[in-house]
Amino acid sequence: MPAKVAGAGASSSSAPLSVPAPRPPVIAGTLYRGREGMWSWVLHRITGVAIYFFLLVHILDTALVRVSPEAYNIVIGAYKTPIMGLGELALVGAILFHALNGLRIILVDFWSVGTRHQRALFWTVLGVWAAMMIAFTPRHLIAVFGG
Amino acid sequence: MTTIDAPRTSAARTRRGVNLEKWGWMYMRASGVVLVVLIFGHLFVNLVAGEGVKQIDFAFVAGKLSDPFWQVYDTLLLWLALIHGANGMRTLVNDYVTKPRVRSALLFALGASTVVLLILGTLVIYTFDPCPVGADPELVASFCSSL
Ligand code: HEM
Repeated sequence: MPAKVAGAGASSSSAPLSVPAPRPPVIAGTLYRGREGMWSWVLHRITGVAIYFFLLVHILDTALVRVSPEAYNIVIGAYKTPIMGLGELALVGAILFHALNGLRIILVDFWSVGTRHQRALFWTVLGVWAAMMIAFTPRHLIAVFGG
Repeated sequence: MTTIDAPRTSAARTRRGVNLEKWGWMYMRASGVVLVVLIFGHLFVNLVAGEGVKQIDFAFVAGKLSDPFWQVYDTLLLWLALIHGANGMRTLVNDYVTKPRVRSALLFALGASTVVLLILGTLVIYTFDPCPVGADPELVASFCSSL
């Protein structure tokens, strides 16, 4: 984007006028929109809903222990198939993100300088999340696909 | 004479009594901190330790639920997580559902399903029999044979 433009309507003979470049068309800084803060919120919402619906199913499948050992084992057997194993990976990823980002929200709310560091806190959440997923993924995939 | 309030005069309280929304907000944070510990422990014991997801069957659950420690642990997990999730879903319904009747219907369904699942889950934990009469000895916990 040109930082210098001729003054609007100025005759071509006048010296070029220095006009500050227009602000980039990114809404950030004053509005809670765009960038880390928004993605933190979007991901927190989506993961929260996903975990909620899993919890509904999970309470019901666990309740089958009260029906019979056979019923419980058949249904829980579905959790050990390859497709569900990958689903569990996604679920654990969602839970870990929601948990770590939840702690970030609490720090932003209660820590006196939390708001100032919200952006760094978000990247910290992603970093810790990635480390935990790197540790969990092989362990779980070995259980699902290996011995 | 109309006057303008002195700067920093606190906003008039229009409603007396307990501020339920504030306590809901506090609950999301307080339960969140406890849930981090409970959920990480839950995932570790069930998916990481031992043989991971493959170890989960009726006998495994029976071993856990016949221990008062896990009974209390799972009760806390059930109540804290389900109420946290349901209250979070209430926020989403209030955010996105603008038709008053649809909103009331959804909020009612949310509350009703929460109460039913809390009662069901709690009953399962405390009325559970790890060694049901007549059950296949192959499927129940090893300590059942010594009863
Ligand atoms: C692992 C520990 C967890 C932590 C630290 C945590 C933390 C939080 C926090 C701080 C909020 C924000 C509330 C607000 O903005 O007022 C929240 C929202 C939410 N949580 Fe959790 N939570 C956890 C587990 C769960 C679980 C297990 C579920 C599902 C059963 C869940 C579902 C939700 C939902 C649906 C919302 C609403 C999202 C929104 O308003 O955008 N959370 N959580």
